[in-house]
Amino acid sequence: MPETLFHKVWNAHTVRTLPSGQTQLFVGLHLVHEVTSPQAFDMLRQHGWRVAFPERTFATVDHIVPTDSKRRPFLDLMAEEMTTALERNCREFGINLWSSDSPDQGIVHVIGPQLGLTQPGMTIACGDSHTSTHGAVGAIAFGIGTSQVRDVLASQCLALEPLKVRRIDVNGRLASGVYAKDVILTIIRRLGVQGGNGFAYEYGGTALDRMSIDERMTICNMSIEGGARAGYVNPDQTTFDFLRGRRFAPTGDAFDRAVAWWKGLASDPDAAYDDRVVYDAASIEPTVTWGINPGQSVSVTESIPADADEEALAFMGFSRGTRVRGTKIDVAFIGSCTNGRLSDLEEAARIVRGHHVAPHVKALVVPGSKEVARDAEARGLHEIFREAGFEWRGAGCSMCLGMNTDRLEGQQVCASSSNRNFKGRQGSPSGRTLLMSPAMVAAAAVAGEVADVRQMVEAGVPA
Amino acid sequence: MSGSPERIYHISGRGIPLRGNDMDTDRIMPARYLRVVSFEGLEQHLFEDDRKTNREHPFNDPRYAGATVLVVNENFGCGSSREHAPQGLARSGIRAIVGESFSEIFLGNSSILGLPCFSADHAAVERLQSLIEATPDVVIEADVEAGIVTAGALRLTATVHQAFRDAFLSGQWNPTAMLLADFDQVRAVANHLPYVSGF
Repeated sequence: MPETLFHKVWNAHTVRTLPSGQTQLFVGLHLVHEVTSPQAFDMLRQHGWRVAFPERTFATVDHIVPTDSKRRPFLDLMAEEMTTALERNCREFGINLWSSDSPDQGIVHVIGPQLGLTQPGMTIACGDSHTSTHGAVGAIAFGIGTSQVRDVLASQCLALEPLKVRRIDVNGRLASGVYAKDVILTIIRRLGVQGGNGFAYEYGGTALDRMSIDERMTICNMSIEGGARAGYVNPDQTTFDFLRGRRFAPTGDAFDRAVAWWKGLASDPDAAYDDRVVYDAASIEPTVTWGINPGQSVSVTESIPADADEEALAFMGFSRGTRVRGTKIDVAFIGSCTNGRLSDLEEAARIVRGHHVAPHVKALVVPGSKEVARDAEARGLHEIFREAGFEWRGAGCSMCLGMNTDRLEGQQVCASSSNRNFKGRQGSPSGRTLLMSPAMVAAAAVAGEVADVRQMVEAGVPA
Repeated sequence: MSGSPERIYHISGRGIPLRGNDMDTDRIMPARYLRVVSFEGLEQHLFEDDRKTNREHPFNDPRYAGATVLVVNENFGCGSSREHAPQGLARSGIRAIVGESFSEIFLGNSSILGLPCFSADHAAVERLQSLIEATPDVVIEADVEAGIVTAGALRLTATVHQAFRDAFLSGQWNPTAMLLADFDQVRAVANHLPYVSGF
């Protein structure tokens, strides 16, 4: 019987059906970070449990780590305490950790694929809602809470119910200046922030087929912003080319055998879906949020809709019928698990090269991992950003959620390549976030206000 | 709060109405309060930013002090998977949440703490919120098995998702022991996966 990748992977990882009717699902890869794990390790100690599969568990520090200096002890005492706690826990329980001094440290969703830990057909869990990112290579990846982190540490399993699967096809070609970020913001706008409740999103279509794994990660990353707990793309040649040679990927003949297994996991052509939607890539424009959830967005040329939510408008200081383009910004942030990979930085650098950040704008680039930073520096991107007036930081989550000292102040407006524009998200209770692609953030940083990146591209930025 | 095989059939107590859709977990528990290695004391920071900017926020309102049933609208708990949000609610004394809909991760995080989430339609939730606002002392009775919430003369159909309902009724809402019960089978499944056993 034809099946989706979701169901094939689910079935391969099913241990048994629990009395509640939930499935006991084996987790193939467990990723751990400093913020959602300390209480889970404490619960293990209370019960005298060990980590069931330490060899399938990997940890790093990303949420609270400083991005200005990684010298220990951190000046931020809480960052030091949480990092030290993770180091102690990983030592005690025998878990592989890339801490702040490791060359492999970075945002957990950036380093997993980068190291080849993330592979097609795996089930992956992490105490972070953006775990859906790993679906870009054809894994089924779930964000979980701390008690579930405890469960996975203790048993390598979760108690879950299968999701329905919605196939989302995006067909055709994206116009110049339109990116994966615009695609996912448009999908969320059209399907709603809770449209994906109960679903995994399977992304496909000719536009997705042409995308790199980095771009697919941007799309899968924000599945949860549309309510879908998991999102994935079927593995294809792009996936196999991406994985070949990565540290934790199979090698030699084993890689070829892995490819054969991975190919067989892709959804069958006549698989049945619980729902399907089809979008035209050509209809998607550079997109920017105007509100306080990621579904409240417009294209950069469009006006804020007449039925816009009052609370969101009041918080953001926008009016119905006006454009977001031209909104003065105070801060520009390029980074995060959504858009902190090398290709994101390359695209942003292409926009800022030869320009300067507007005088009133504080602009920072935070690479998603130390490897991203090294690769970017090898290409001279850090110099381009610095010459343009950006700060070039170390790897971490940084201003996406303002857990370290990188925070908005007061009512600052931030053009951000991150994933959430919730009230207070970037560290100031009254701070305002405008989500957009890294290229659009770069354009806004230079213009000092929200701008249409397509006009900068047309004005002579080399393609 | 972990490991107790307590059966949860029924919650009874006064209510606290919190109006608004898409109440995300950053608003329930701002990220700066995730700078902790334990969950203790999180209840002090529930909705902290909203409470500071709105003195009339229900969690500032002494009429609702000691309430155990939170009544919310659509897509409650969306966003971050931080368990700190339902931990803060549970530690503040909330024992049940009645709402139009819940984000899936929040629903799982609440259930694993023994905090049932009841879903009801928009009109029913609004009626309940209005009733509590008018008469904060009204006692709400929430029946997990029947999927019925009553308050004064109001009687709502408000259901707990089936798998969680069964887990509450059987006392198995905290699943770790169950997940460890048949560990040989866990190993068997693992060894059958080529990426575990080797390609």
